[in-house]
Amino acid sequence: MSRKVTRRKFMAATAAGAALATFKFPSPAIAQAAPFKLGLLTIKTGPLAQGGIQMEQGVVTFLKEKNYTFAGRKVDFISADTGGNPAGTKTKAQELIERDKVDAILGPLAAFELLAISDYVAQHKTPMLSLAGADDMTQRKPNPYFLRPSACSSQAMHPMADFAAKELKLKKIVTISEDFAFGYEQMGGFQQTFEENGGKIVNKIWPPLVTPDYTPFVAQIADCDGVCQGFAGSNPLRFMKTYAAAGLKYPVVTGETGGDDALMRAFGDEALGMYSCCPYTLDLATDSNKRFIAAMQKDYKVDPGFYAAGLYVAAAVVAAGLEKAKGKSDDKEAFVKALRAVDLEDTPRGPIKFDHLGNVIGDFYVRRVEKVNGKLANKTVKTYHNVSQFWTYDETKFLAQPVYSRNYPPLKS
Amino acid sequence: MSARLIALGIAFATLVTVPYWMPGDYYINVASQILFYAIFALGLNVLVGYAGLVSLGHAGLFGIAAYATAYMLQTGYGHTAAIVVALIVGIASMAVYAVLSLRSTGIGFIMITLALGEILWGLAYRWISLTGGDNGISVRTRPEPFGFSLASPNTFYYTTLIIFLLSVAAMAVLVRSPFGASLMGTRDQPRRMNALGYHVWMIRFYACLVSGLLTAVSGILFVYYTQFISPQTLALTSSAEVLLMVISGGAGTLLGPIVGATLVVVVKTVVSGFIERWNFLLGAVFVAIVILMPEGLVPGSARLWRLAWRKLNAPAKTAATEGEP
Amino acid sequence: MNFWLVLTANSVTFGGLLFLLSAGFSLIFGLMRIPNLTHGSLFMLGAYVGATFVVGLLGFQLNFWLAAILATLAVAAVGALAERLLLRRLPGDQLAQVLVTLGLSFMAADFCLMVWGGDPLNIATPGGLGGFVRFGVMVFPAYRLAIIVIAIVVAVGLWLLLDRTRLGAMIRAGVDDPDMARVVGIRVSQLFTVVFALGAGLAAFAGIIGGPILSVYPGLDQDMLPLALVVVILGGSGSLLGSFVGSIIVGFIYNFGQALLPELAYFVLFMPMLLVLLLRPQGLFGRHVP
Repeated sequence: MSRKVTRRKFMAATAAGAALATFKFPSPAIAQAAPFKLGLLTIKTGPLAQGGIQMEQGVVTFLKEKNYTFAGRKVDFISADTGGNPAGTKTKAQELIERDKVDAILGPLAAFELLAISDYVAQHKTPMLSLAGADDMTQRKPNPYFLRPSACSSQAMHPMADFAAKELKLKKIVTISEDFAFGYEQMGGFQQTFEENGGKIVNKIWPPLVTPDYTPFVAQIADCDGVCQGFAGSNPLRFMKTYAAAGLKYPVVTGETGGDDALMRAFGDEALGMYSCCPYTLDLATDSNKRFIAAMQKDYKVDPGFYAAGLYVAAAVVAAGLEKAKGKSDDKEAFVKALRAVDLEDTPRGPIKFDHLGNVIGDFYVRRVEKVNGKLANKTVKTYHNVSQFWTYDETKFLAQPVYSRNYPPLKS
Repeated sequence: MSARLIALGIAFATLVTVPYWMPGDYYINVASQILFYAIFALGLNVLVGYAGLVSLGHAGLFGIAAYATAYMLQTGYGHTAAIVVALIVGIASMAVYAVLSLRSTGIGFIMITLALGEILWGLAYRWISLTGGDNGISVRTRPEPFGFSLASPNTFYYTTLIIFLLSVAAMAVLVRSPFGASLMGTRDQPRRMNALGYHVWMIRFYACLVSGLLTAVSGILFVYYTQFISPQTLALTSSAEVLLMVISGGAGTLLGPIVGATLVVVVKTVVSGFIERWNFLLGAVFVAIVILMPEGLVPGSARLWRLAWRKLNAPAKTAATEGEP
Repeated sequence: MNFWLVLTANSVTFGGLLFLLSAGFSLIFGLMRIPNLTHGSLFMLGAYVGATFVVGLLGFQLNFWLAAILATLAVAAVGALAERLLLRRLPGDQLAQVLVTLGLSFMAADFCLMVWGGDPLNIATPGGLGGFVRFGVMVFPAYRLAIIVIAIVVAVGLWLLLDRTRLGAMIRAGVDDPDMARVVGIRVSQLFTVVFALGAGLAAFAGIIGGPILSVYPGLDQDMLPLALVVVILGGSGSLLGSFVGSIIVGFIYNFGQALLPELAYFVLFMPMLLVLLLRPQGLFGRHVP
């Protein structure tokens, strides 16, 4: 903790110094070498802090690797804690944009936070790179200044459903996920692809966000040969425990939050055999991933998961975009154009590029939880390459259908 | 009295000139937030401070007004219609809330309001066709009364300030009115008030409506400020937060809720930028307030000030005043 | 058929856990009239402290039950301190009590994030209880069954303490009429510290006992506090029997409500609470009219 505070103080001091310097010598040459200001909206207090703390770790790891320098410009990093409510997110976005005048924003974490500031950020033409799911941010209500280098809510579930139908040969699945938009979009994506491949969703169960005991919901799982869960935060832990305690043995498939690598140290044996599809996997053997994992191990003594990797990659996209823009971020439109043109071969999640709506096109990994040296770990069993948010669908047709919701696609009787 | 007038004058001048001495738009926006949260706290204070009824569900009412505004605008109505409907819906909801919760007082009232707040929070999540569920509702524009756009931080601040000053004035009048006196009577001596022929329930009900009006006003200002509303705004933590504003500043005083709102908003927005564990700090500040001045910041400071004043003026009598609580 | 049996059995289990959670709250509220809003935090703190020993975060692992005892004692000491240093200054001042207990819960939540970070911790099911027990057609996890037993043991223990010991007699006298208790020479002040520590310890014990089912994560406090309130509202405060029956009732409402009325999942807990409050503000078993 104290280390972070000192770094923050140090950054604040350098920022002040830099501001003073530009004030005293307002010549264009020096202004060009002014530090690049990178803001992070994250959550470090309250129930959502779990992912939020990992997000900051991911960004800091990348910044350290680059020695706080992007395209020859010093990076001033400003981290803001939104507290996990929309009003706080708006305030912190104002802090970053109006007070600190950041050149790009990473974050926020939750979909409702992203939706709360989307219009505001677009008005101020500030590029924003978030891992929040909210499908429509890059589909039916796109924001020209937004990029999503991780995945939209339903993106991982399309390949997961393909795998469940074709490789696991599952026919009848019960979906269970939290009763809110992220859950609906994940399960909707799963249902559409699964049913197109001959499977059937027999029941959709929606426990509330706060559910101390999943037993009454797990008791409703019946008449199926598989279960798709879409839980997030610490809920996957409790769900899988309850699932095992109910004596259920159907195979379980899930998305990036339900089978996150960072959760593997907390899961018990009940998670063995669970399949998850994720845009990041710990066992991807690329150079950048090895570097990333080693750095995370060294600084935080943990294996990274989806949140840390997502923000590491987001920071890498900003660095590459700034490089492409030749270090210039003043022309926001040109800068966001450069960001969206970023095409990286080697990131911890593999190669990535962006579609014209700002959503990532990249590899997605289907993994199975296995025991390696006495510890649980995700083992990649299949890689889907170049997965877009539209999966194999035609974009126009896909966008013509409503966004996945609690009742779309409807349950077939 | 003249000292009080001077203080009021200074406070007024400070508030009016905020956009001129604040270092930037961000801080003007923080000031706007302090003001509408202060209105919210003033509204809750009518119940907590003057009626002795602790409500733990006020964020639900705040949220209803905000949702009503956002929903009307989304459906294509103008700002005037949205605001009028939001006020009506806000007060009507408060009436229902009051009828249900006024069956009890004391801890029973706390629990009923808590349950009502949780139910409203659940509704915001589940009544998706109305509220948009977790995705919330965005408000695209701010009003332009008489062609005077509220889009900029300055204009929004001044509008909020005017409404804030009106609210404070209304509260000052209310507290000094016969109604205010009878309301405090129901807080301190409900049985005696009843025996004297006052309709205690009715007095409390009217107090709830006043509280509901201020809560709705602040909810509308909130939704125009953030231009977004989602279920998190109605959570129990939000209800607790505004209650903490009232108590920490000093329940049952005019200035207390305003000071409390300032404290909480400043820690949440400004201090949290410098101190990572700001939530711990906020908790510690509340605990410190309870240790040093359990009656709240405003009455507590006044008491300490009087004590210090007396000690300075009458050093010989120190021993005698020491014994006072 | 199995569906109904599982729900019934789980209603009792969940009720048992709720009893462990709410007994302390009810005791503190009944005797001291303090709405202890730190109760969820004490629950979470107990779970974290227990998990620290069970998982072996300090470099050594302890047996689950030993960890449970340590966590209970540690949190009971925290509770005693909070009562001695803070709450005792505020007798009868409900607003200040709300302020200080909420303030403490803010501090506790952030303290847990500081010490344990944001990642959830898993408390493994204690040895020997990881399996299943078979009743005819139904299989039920052994640990969940053990929770019922633990809840009954704690309930009987508390009943003996309250009903059969001198301390218990003093506590009952304090609940019924604190002023009269003082007059007859009961040192209500010391009693308050003991009761608060006991309540805090019970919350912590519930936290670690619930650990293998709930796991430990930031926000656990906010998830549990409303549950404790619901039970106390239904059962009435200060009544051990009320807490017990209230817990079981809430256990049944929760399990059957969630399973049978999934569309109303968000309201299943608070609707009955509201109804009870409207019809009988003192709770189903409460003696005090609030």
